[in-house]
Amino acid sequence: MTGSDVIYKTDDLIAEDIDAYLDQHQHKSLLRFITCGSVDDGKSTLIGRLLYDSKMIFEDQLAALEADSKQVGTQGQDIDFALLVDGLAAEREQGITIDVAYRFFATEKRKFIVADTPGHEQYTRNMVTGASTADLAVILIDARKGVLIQTRRHSYLAHLLGIRNIVLAVNKMDLVDYEQGTFDDIVSDYRDFADEIGIEKFVAIPLSGLKGDNIAAPGDAMRWYDGPVLLDHLENVGIDYDRLRNQPFRMAVQWVNRPDLDFRGFAGMIASGRIAPGDAVRVLPSGKMSSVERIVTMNGDLDQAVAGQSVTLTLADEIDCSRGDVIAAADAPPEVADQFEATLVWMSDEPMLPGRPYAMKIGSSNCRATVTDEKYQVNVNTMEKAPGKTLGLNGIAVCNISTDKPVPFTAYDENPDLGGFILIDRITNATVGAGMIHFALRRSQNIHWQAVDVTREAHAELKGQQARLLWFTGLSGSGKSTIANLVEKKLHAAGRHTFLLDGDNVRHGLNRDLGFTDADRVENIRRVGEVAKLMTDAGLIVMTAFISPFRSERRMIRNMLPKGDFVEVFVDTPLEVAEERDVKGLYKKARAGELKNFTGIDSPYEEPDNAEIRVNTVEMSAEEAADYIIAQLFGEG
Amino acid sequence: MTLERLTHLERLEAESIHIMREVAAEAEKPVMLYSVGKDSAVMLHVAKKAFYPAPPPFPLLHVDTTWKFQAMYELRDRSAREAGMELLVHQNPEAKERGINPFDHGPLHTDMWKTEGLKQALTEYGFDAAFGGARRDEEKSRAKERVFSFRTANHRWDPKSQRPELWKLYNARKAKGESMRVFPLSNWTELDIWQYIHLENIEIVPLYLSAKRPTVERDGLILMVDDDRFRFEDGEEVVERSIRFRTLGCYPLTGAVESEAATLPEVIQEMLLTTTSEREGRAIDHDQAASMEKKKQEGYF
Repeated sequence: MTGSDVIYKTDDLIAEDIDAYLDQHQHKSLLRFITCGSVDDGKSTLIGRLLYDSKMIFEDQLAALEADSKQVGTQGQDIDFALLVDGLAAEREQGITIDVAYRFFATEKRKFIVADTPGHEQYTRNMVTGASTADLAVILIDARKGVLIQTRRHSYLAHLLGIRNIVLAVNKMDLVDYEQGTFDDIVSDYRDFADEIGIEKFVAIPLSGLKGDNIAAPGDAMRWYDGPVLLDHLENVGIDYDRLRNQPFRMAVQWVNRPDLDFRGFAGMIASGRIAPGDAVRVLPSGKMSSVERIVTMNGDLDQAVAGQSVTLTLADEIDCSRGDVIAAADAPPEVADQFEATLVWMSDEPMLPGRPYAMKIGSSNCRATVTDEKYQVNVNTMEKAPGKTLGLNGIAVCNISTDKPVPFTAYDENPDLGGFILIDRITNATVGAGMIHFALRRSQNIHWQAVDVTREAHAELKGQQARLLWFTGLSGSGKSTIANLVEKKLHAAGRHTFLLDGDNVRHGLNRDLGFTDADRVENIRRVGEVAKLMTDAGLIVMTAFISPFRSERRMIRNMLPKGDFVEVFVDTPLEVAEERDVKGLYKKARAGELKNFTGIDSPYEEPDNAEIRVNTVEMSAEEAADYIIAQLFGEG
Repeated sequence: MTLERLTHLERLEAESIHIMREVAAEAEKPVMLYSVGKDSAVMLHVAKKAFYPAPPPFPLLHVDTTWKFQAMYELRDRSAREAGMELLVHQNPEAKERGINPFDHGPLHTDMWKTEGLKQALTEYGFDAAFGGARRDEEKSRAKERVFSFRTANHRWDPKSQRPELWKLYNARKAKGESMRVFPLSNWTELDIWQYIHLENIEIVPLYLSAKRPTVERDGLILMVDDDRFRFEDGEEVVERSIRFRTLGCYPLTGAVESEAATLPEVIQEMLLTTTSEREGRAIDHDQAASMEKKKQEGYF
């Protein structure tokens, strides 16, 4: 059956049996696709033709079109279909299009939403936007010109955005006398290129948008072609939800619905899989487990729901779960991480700067993100990789990205809804970048947080105390270790459960693989922070004594602990005093140039701005300092 | 256990619900613009579904011109009550004082009651997000409209400052004073709207269905004599005609079509077989091309 038969049949059905038609329309599925190509490829003509052939154009619009065609069209007295799909007045006047337009048409089987992305400078940004919601991409080629640089660019971007259905539409066949040889050569060229960038399959269709050949019906002049016509293919190709529904259940919580004390529903759109009452689920990032009690809708409870549906779930247990969390199948939860490798597409005139914090939105989660490392940029025309430090408008780069809190995610390839993110400028609030996560950088990516029943509060309560981390910071020789040791002795004598994490001791075991480069120093501190955190989880009062000269490291540790548990103790000793003490003889070596990067000499010490406790070792003895710290900690007296 | 693939209407509904929940979660003070038309009816219905069993967590705002059809006022009040939502009605006090009306003031009527009235209401209540029922298929310039459309503190729409919308991620951040219009029905077509009303049995203003009504024919438009404020011109007489409306606005500005379609399927049938596009019935659109875009820049919707 050809496309045009379908359309006439549909028309008859409307007139003869509207109820049957409505029943048919109601059961149509939805396919979203993107058309890639410039005006020269006949893209607008093709879209105009699809709208026209599927009777989406009314008589008044057609009358206007005919008038316009004669006035400004490029087809003489014939209808210029391209005029159907032009856009904003400002663009029309300038003769350029700057954005993504969405068009709609339907056939007997499907409704279609077409993202139309015009060319020119903003191309990458626009195409990436249009492709992000598409199930299929139509890549247009002018049969006279064959595979061009722009064909490669369009294909690369479609592939980058994870579009699995690629249609190579070899257009303007009428201008090459409908020759099979021309078509075959182009397909062969394209296949080589597709292999190169990892496109596994594509469907090539020879057509003429202008004459209508192989759009809705086969063209008489191309009897040598026995594949589907364009509309047939669009009607029958698989859509992405078919794939997503077979994955494990995942849903980002958008909204907690709490009309009264008796009802607590978690609302969101199912990103993948299916769910039914009774299914065991896990809430990420907390790791808490429960099971689904009901799937609530206004039309009654559902006995199951699938990817693509917006639902409200209630859980069997009262567990913490809020916007930004992901509810997932208990046996296949997504990863949770705060560092990723991702491909980043830049969409702003203001270039991306590594280290600058951006607001990030992924799923329903909002956090703060920085690009920590730009690995390489990709030239969208040649696919060549080149090193880069920043990223300009329409640039594409593979980067490491770090977030200020752990977020649940999946690789973009697996599920765009949990692996695609946007970056937002925190001052202008503009959307400046879009990213696709490849994988998490930490080796812990497959280890899920196990929620435990005996909480950190319970551990501390049993010991009759509140867990704390006393983070001593100060210059070498300031007296950190001495004072920390005294504090521990006094607390121990008072029956407190404590532990002093000594820098040297840690380097003999846990951190013996680390040296003294900047990166190793940071890692040293991070590990000490993690161990200290575990110990506070066990209810202990933990003391550490490290120079820890940088605010950022200390802030990193502070952010790892619950608010109030991190107590920064600044052992304030002027450099000249510490240097004069020089207990270990290190200052002498540093002054002699035998020790590099020595804090206070040729490496800075950033004093704390708001340390919870500050002791001045010039005015106080170590004993007095220790008593002062304990008094501060447990209140005066 | 196999489930059928979701239909296009189910996907559209799910998308609209997703959009509404995002706004509820991220905007400080959202509101739903409610014009009582068929698109508003669908938008309200979807909102009820999005937040069920709670009522939608925002009020309805009707920017009233005082010249709507009586049947619209009746349905408006009942719909808000049944949804358990607060209904705010704003009438531009200046337009009221100056007696601005569709008979004497032409385009100024729409401008003052609707465009100015909307801006006044949004500023007065301090709403930072307003849902509207506009669709991308309505008009060429709307094909490029974002789902989240940003407005300056003066309610102006700047095409250059609109944000790219990728996947299902909507950037709802804004500076103080700025606001957004959000169009959850962006991807619906007119047929989808009708089909959904039919399927979900949504109550709409009866004027969409054909009945014998008192009318006057003027300048090629069939106008309905809805109340005694109607001003007759010389030689005009009330004629009973079988009419229905394809869109609803101020009754002296809204043209009816002659029709026998008294049920929803019949209306849909007529719509599909008709040969003119939807907005023809509205007097305000008989301007130059791109008129909607100009109105949008001025803050019309």
